[in-house]
Amino acid sequence: MCLAIPARIVKIIGERAEVDIGGIIKEASIALVKEVKEGDYVLIHTGYAIAKISKEEAEELLEIWKGIS
Amino acid sequence: MEGDFLRFFRNKEIVEKIVKKIEEKAKHLEIIKIMHVCGTHEWTIAHFGIRSLLPDNIKVVAGPGCPVCVTPANEIDAIANLSLEKDVIVTTFGDVFRVPGSKTSLIEAKAMGGDVRIVYSISESIEIAKKTNRKVVHFSIGFETTAPTTALEILRNPPENFSAFVTHKLIPPAMEFLLKQGCKIDGFICPGHVSTIIGARPYRSLAEAYRKPMVIAGFEPLDVIIGIFNIITQIEEGTYYVYNEYSRAVKEEGNIEALRLLNEAFEYSDSWWRGIGLIERSGLKLKSKYEKYDALKKFNMELAKEDYMPEGCKCGEVLKGEIMPEECPLFKKVCTPTHPIGPCMVSIEGACAIAYKHSIKVF
Ligand code: SF4
Repeated sequence: MCLAIPARIVKIIGERAEVDIGGIIKEASIALVKEVKEGDYVLIHTGYAIAKISKEEAEELLEIWKGIS
Repeated sequence: MEGDFLRFFRNKEIVEKIVKKIEEKAKHLEIIKIMHVCGTHEWTIAHFGIRSLLPDNIKVVAGPGCPVCVTPANEIDAIANLSLEKDVIVTTFGDVFRVPGSKTSLIEAKAMGGDVRIVYSISESIEIAKKTNRKVVHFSIGFETTAPTTALEILRNPPENFSAFVTHKLIPPAMEFLLKQGCKIDGFICPGHVSTIIGARPYRSLAEAYRKPMVIAGFEPLDVIIGIFNIITQIEEGTYYVYNEYSRAVKEEGNIEALRLLNEAFEYSDSWWRGIGLIERSGLKLKSKYEKYDALKKFNMELAKEDYMPEGCKCGEVLKGEIMPEECPLFKKVCTPTHPIGPCMVSIEGACAIAYKHSIKVF
């Protein structure tokens, strides 16, 4: 119930999308996330994408912590 | 992308380096209790053995972050009763199916002839409604993560034989309730997925008012370790701000579209949290203009005005982070996932079920 799973948007069909969850293709609603496009990563919760995952933000975080000594 | 990142977010070397730093800082500190408020965080912490990496004086406890576990018996009773009515179909998320009410669970109601069906999302429930003349009631439980999906569908005028029993609950009021009660909590790991919706702002006023460091964290081991490190650093330095470690998914302002839908469909209500009690303005109910979709009104549902916990079950204390599941006398002896006594052993995100699963050694 708290769970949300990262998935890649494969194909957008109106407000729904085919998403790739670890190799399995499922359908999800993208009505709650604006401005997503094919190839983007999103978090899926009970069949709805709830947030876009930003690659840039992830990389930035890793850059900061990679340098820790 | 996820593959590359996963390697990083599970990178043992970086985790070890940060753990070393936590150890150094912890030497100067008393016993520190960090609470997280999300079942998925509990899973990450248990699964990757994060507690065993931490110094003895740094404790990480689970709070009321499992929506199924905090669903009170009066809500289960009301929906189980409703499912026994002849022309009603109740749909529910799988996790809540087996949670005991004061008399029956939904699975028992089904065995008694109730038409209870498990769905993965509220839209499936609406699809069922479209194909029947019977009345379909969706049990809409869950936190801010799930509530927008209910709002979205209600605002889209589903068929009139559809309604929702809305019991959505809100995390920040529950955090504040525990702080007000004086629970010993030195910092919070804020729930990542809830935060994708509400953003960082709601925590800022809490951090400020109660002088508690808070970190919005993701769900990989490195995310949680960074969160703990930041909280310890803040405690050491005497600061109390909100650090958004999960910025790859959580924006400061949250999900604006989801928040707009919540605002449109719902208003605040006082809500019961199992084992914890009634918390003011900690729940959502449908606005009266959507009452034709409100199962509470449509069926005149009566909710008992008290909480009920199975005898001997210590879920209340587990959910407030006062004890670890292993400290409940029934844990593993009487209460197991195949024979759960309390809600925390039922849900796969319940602290007791997670502790049970990770206590079984596989040789
Ligand atoms: S072990 Fe079982 S009885 Fe004890 S607190 Fe957890 S769910 Fe309740």
